[in-house]
Amino acid sequence: MAFTLKVNGTAHSVDVDADTPLLWVLRDVLGMTGTKFGCGIALCGVCTVHVDGTPRRSCITPIESVGDGAVTTIEAIGTTSQGSALQRAWLDLDVVQCGYCQSGQIMSAAALLMATPKPSDADIDAAMSGNVCRCGTYQRIRAAIHRAAGS
Amino acid sequence: MSESASVPRLDRREFLKVGASVGGLVLSVGIPSLLRPGSAAAAQQPSSFAPNAFIRIDRAGAVTLVMPMVEMGQGVYTALSMLVAEELEVELEQVRLEHAPPNDALYANAILHVQTTGLSSSVRAFWTPLRQAGAVARTLIVSAAAKKWGVDPGTCRARRGVVYDAAATRHLHYGELVDAAAALPIPAPDSVALKQPKDFTLIGTPVKRLDSADKVNGKAQFGIDAKIPGMKFAAIAISPAFGGSVRSVNEAAARAVSGVRQVVRIEGAVAVVADHTWAAKKGLKAAAVEWDDGPNAAVGSGDILRQLQEQSMRPGAVARNQGNAQKALAGAAQRFDAVYQLPFLAHAAMEPMNCTVRLQKDRCDLWVGTQAPTLTQAVVAELTGLPKDAIKVHNHLLGGGFGRRLEADGTLLAVRIAQHVSGPVKVIWSREEDIQHDMYRPAYYDRLSAGLDASGKPVAWIHRVAGSSVLARYAPPLFKNGLDVDAVEAAAEPPYDFPNIYVDYVRVEPPGIPTAFWRGVGPVKNVFIVESLIDDLAAAAKQDPVVYRRSLLSHNPRALGVLNLATEEAGWGQPLPPRRGRGVSLQAAFGSYMSQVAEVEVAPDGAIRVHRIVCAVDCGIVVNPDTIAAQVEGGTLFGLTAALYGAITLKSGRVEQSNFQDYRPMRMNEVPVVETHIVKSTEAPGGFGESPCACVTPAITNAIFAVTGKRIRTLPIDASQLQS
Repeated sequence: MAFTLKVNGTAHSVDVDADTPLLWVLRDVLGMTGTKFGCGIALCGVCTVHVDGTPRRSCITPIESVGDGAVTTIEAIGTTSQGSALQRAWLDLDVVQCGYCQSGQIMSAAALLMATPKPSDADIDAAMSGNVCRCGTYQRIRAAIHRAAGS
Repeated sequence: MSESASVPRLDRREFLKVGASVGGLVLSVGIPSLLRPGSAAAAQQPSSFAPNAFIRIDRAGAVTLVMPMVEMGQGVYTALSMLVAEELEVELEQVRLEHAPPNDALYANAILHVQTTGLSSSVRAFWTPLRQAGAVARTLIVSAAAKKWGVDPGTCRARRGVVYDAAATRHLHYGELVDAAAALPIPAPDSVALKQPKDFTLIGTPVKRLDSADKVNGKAQFGIDAKIPGMKFAAIAISPAFGGSVRSVNEAAARAVSGVRQVVRIEGAVAVVADHTWAAKKGLKAAAVEWDDGPNAAVGSGDILRQLQEQSMRPGAVARNQGNAQKALAGAAQRFDAVYQLPFLAHAAMEPMNCTVRLQKDRCDLWVGTQAPTLTQAVVAELTGLPKDAIKVHNHLLGGGFGRRLEADGTLLAVRIAQHVSGPVKVIWSREEDIQHDMYRPAYYDRLSAGLDASGKPVAWIHRVAGSSVLARYAPPLFKNGLDVDAVEAAAEPPYDFPNIYVDYVRVEPPGIPTAFWRGVGPVKNVFIVESLIDDLAAAAKQDPVVYRRSLLSHNPRALGVLNLATEEAGWGQPLPPRRGRGVSLQAAFGSYMSQVAEVEVAPDGAIRVHRIVCAVDCGIVVNPDTIAAQVEGGTLFGLTAALYGAITLKSGRVEQSNFQDYRPMRMNEVPVVETHIVKSTEAPGGFGESPCACVTPAITNAIFAVTGKRIRTLPIDASQLQS
């Protein structure tokens, strides 16, 4: 089936089955590999993108459910004030290690700050516990979110 | 699917850059932010100054550092670059990085003797060679400048990529000197003087990571992100029971799925090749593969445990025999016996296993993130019958390694699939395949006995390690006389004064489950065991666990130093709220020393909450203190995750766990505060990436003992046993 997908402000025509998860459309069809594959069942958050500003696990989001929704990925989150503040904070605190989960971490954190500009630790726990980091960068992620929220 | 949309879009900047200047295929690491303006053009100039395999400087002054070890989060690209830059006298902002091509002759790690990243050895192995490489290059550049000016090189100095004369009236940029420097004879690496530590300007400073920028904006390229023109995507199913085979495949049903191109049936696995991963996954599901389970169909965890219990009764290969431990035990005032049981563990790196292969008649290109590029090259050469130099390993950033990517099984599987596919194919494992066909940290079953004299001092220490030998499979020459030196590391040489100690090793290979190295290797189990028993002995001697340990460290000042620092910073002995306790651990491993104090709460239902972990580190000269802190934070959580949740179990020859719901990672809401305190040291650098992972478990279990009086000897921790 043909779909028109709006990603980071650009419309793309893609021809895939209606149940194809957004993740694989982004990665394999559009070649946008910043959004990662981790578990395939929404347990790890590395595939997190925004659809109309809401965080979505793209690995379980069928393309047919996206409709006219505006998809934002890690490649463009830096154009939002929350995204750029988070990226800066991530660099200031040297959050990353292997880095594989960090696209999803930043996308979840950006959605948090869009909804809750000054999150508490409990807010961060609630918003970020779906994002797994096997390198264990959580302590710095928490600090970086607070830092971005304060900037 | 439309033609235009089926071909991945390719960004020119992301194309792999091939350079011929160091005599091999060199790939851009995909860190565009490190690319200096004009460097892409400069890289194509044949004339650049490359006095060794690690450094290339072009006429524009762009400095390229070739990274012999791989970046998997441990910060090694930054640390190794700092070693070179310190002596080369360039700013880190000036450098761009490349992954080294596979070449043991040029890039072997001096500790492991191959170009392999592991055993927390990178900084230890390259501490001297990379500083020498930088010093050789700087010496030549300074000599070239001095020659131009007709002055003594000793009067010139280099700083930030510029050479100045004595009065600093004349200066030349490195780029202006490359042709002259390239014409000079290259001095032997050990003939150039290296800086004294007091003169370091970079080493020891908390430099920001060089790989961060692209890891926060989606540009970083991991193996799974490789984009090769015309590539197809494959999903795989491997026999659920280890060693089983394919009985039937509904190929027609698979091919009926839109986007599916091909079904590949190989020994023990089926792959469906398609235009994108989702079509491949759907095709694989439609293929409804049926399996013959093979020889391991009946194996369960209970069988493996019984095998370990039985085999650990027999004597093993002696790892340490000092004094007469049996005699001392017989004469001891108090005797303590204990058995420790550890599970298989999966690695579960966030980047699932994957490899992209383009197999042609006379060459094979591999796009993959591997800790062992030369091993990968060798086994693929063997499989394909091609010469080694026809196997092009395009290494990438690793989305976690933890030892999993020391193995080439995933690459071999991808090549076996590619042998049936025309054109490049990217093989991505599902998370389920990644967990159910990992190569696992071995299960162990260790027996210990200790004897105390009337004053409570340990007079006898006997430790039998029993479990699979990864070393015997992975590096047979290192497995001598039945002894796996890795399996006994930190058991054979505990930090304490033991007058009579006997440690041996029994190799027990479990049926039907492959084993491999896992972050922390031997120490990750042995430190838990040694520190648990020491804690028991302190309790038996009716002494404070810290005081007791101190009394056994009279010959080990560095171990005593970290123990004192961690316990001071943690406020050892200060009152705590009800149901909370502190536990301490101490280790000497990987050439470094570490002590941790954990503060743990145990709820009435047995639920464990770790509040705070205070860590003291002595890893000799520190290259980057912030990297050490990051490794303390991350490694501690990696070990803690395993202690709390980690277990791979077998039933009917199959791994029972499949994804993050039953192989649980630690999450944001569970994370304790981790504090790092570093001892200033002038000792040679020690390894560190794995240390915190090993040190944390006994700190936790000793804290649980402090709260509940219950001693944990089986991992993972079973909270239901802690109800009170």
